[in-house]
Amino acid sequence: MSDTITVTIPAALRPQVEGKDEVTADGETIGGVLDALKAQYPSFGDKLFPGGDGQMNRSINVYVNEEDIRFLENLDTKVTARDQVDIILAIAGG
Amino acid sequence: MSYVQSLKAKECGAEYPIEPRTICDVDFSPVEVQYDYEGMKGKVTHESIEAGPLSLWRYKDLLPIEGEPKTGFNSGWTPLIKADRLAKKLGVDELYIKDDSANYPSYSYKDRVVAVAVTKAIEFGFDTVGCASTGNLAHSVAAHAAIAGLDAFVMVPHDLEEGKIVGTRAFGPKLVKIKGNYDDVNRLCAQIADKYGWAIVNVNLRPYYTEGAKTHGFEIAEQMGWQLPKHTVVPVAGGTILPKIWKGYQEFIKLGLVEDNKPAMYGAQADGCNPIAKAVEAGEELFHPQKPNTIAKSIAIGNPADGYYVIQHIKESGGYAASASDPEIISAIRLLAETEGIFTEPAGGTTLACAIKLIESGKIPRDEPICVCITGNGLKTIEAMEGQFEHVEPIPAKLGDFDALMDAMNEADEPAPAIAGS
Repeated sequence: MSDTITVTIPAALRPQVEGKDEVTADGETIGGVLDALKAQYPSFGDKLFPGGDGQMNRSINVYVNEEDIRFLENLDTKVTARDQVDIILAIAGG
Repeated sequence: MSYVQSLKAKECGAEYPIEPRTICDVDFSPVEVQYDYEGMKGKVTHESIEAGPLSLWRYKDLLPIEGEPKTGFNSGWTPLIKADRLAKKLGVDELYIKDDSANYPSYSYKDRVVAVAVTKAIEFGFDTVGCASTGNLAHSVAAHAAIAGLDAFVMVPHDLEEGKIVGTRAFGPKLVKIKGNYDDVNRLCAQIADKYGWAIVNVNLRPYYTEGAKTHGFEIAEQMGWQLPKHTVVPVAGGTILPKIWKGYQEFIKLGLVEDNKPAMYGAQADGCNPIAKAVEAGEELFHPQKPNTIAKSIAIGNPADGYYVIQHIKESGGYAASASDPEIISAIRLLAETEGIFTEPAGGTTLACAIKLIESGKIPRDEPICVCITGNGLKTIEAMEGQFEHVEPIPAKLGDFDALMDAMNEADEPAPAIAGS
């Protein structure tokens, strides 16, 4: 049974989700949540998965409770309504 | 006259005007400043550069500003040392050290990128500059903000070396310590840039900021008599410097300022944070991010934003990468200090330690010119040298006691210095 997950959206991606800084979708894993968001907002899906091959744009990072999903189980990372999910662009590095 | 044309996305090629912008709106890839190289031909020459100031601004034509510099008037133009004693020790013919530990005003290569970013921030009308930093950047931003008369906000990981923090605070910025590592600070700064509209030099001024790094490479070429080293070893943290030194070399080749001797680039990292070295060694295009655990805190970036391009340019140039352990890093710091009189911080020790590994493994041949890029000063990371030096027991101010000390040293087989005139 999947929860409704809240995902924060960075400024650069808000035009693709009707200007919202936060969206919700149901899913048991990050992959599931992103699939649900893709269905709701197709142009958001195009930005996230530009090649259409399931590979995420490498300039976009997803964090669960402030941990990059590449340190967890990537798209298979499980999520519940208690988890904080943030999408942040890989734009800085000093 | 400015040769700056536009910003262009590195991946999809979308073009944008010169404005505060980090990434392309289409695919979020980084954007790069574009110049009118055709217009530069015949105008940007050895003579025009040599007539410029003894600072990084002698390369103003290849930097992304429209008007005059607002800071960094004495930044750059750091020494290029022909390291003959170190070369002999390592068994190589020709070795150079590009020494940004001597940079001004904050003793690291960051003064190059910050001089450009702060000048650009003023051109865009910002009155506050900020940064996410492992220390050297915060120090440099605070100093240049003071020189240019701007407010500054610097964000650092909470456990940064004391030397870097005190040095930074002297210039009067607002300091924010974040409970986390550099990657956590970075992530937060991306959100802050979105929300507060500040000129965060390594975020929304990034395309301009990174151009300053080219000057490290420009100077190597000019100081070697307008030629490129065959092998250049560069530390890799966020992934800014290596691609920009490469770009700088290619710009000089394009403008006919140096011969194209197919220079190779080598990335240097610490074993405790080596996502790029691992990817290069495995022949992979994408790196796996890591949780850093190394004494080389200034390069402890487990998720380098430009890491992909570092890997690309290393491959393109026919170079390689290596990583070194913390003890190897400290040994290299001492070796450089004892042979060439340069006291660098762990990032510099990392670069030399990796250069040594690449030479010993045969990746870098012994009979071609090699340049090792030193990016920061050891006096800012004194904690790293803890436990390195034996305790010295004080002696009374009496000649007899000194004689006894000399006798003890001789017995311990340490040669006593020769007495002058004997």
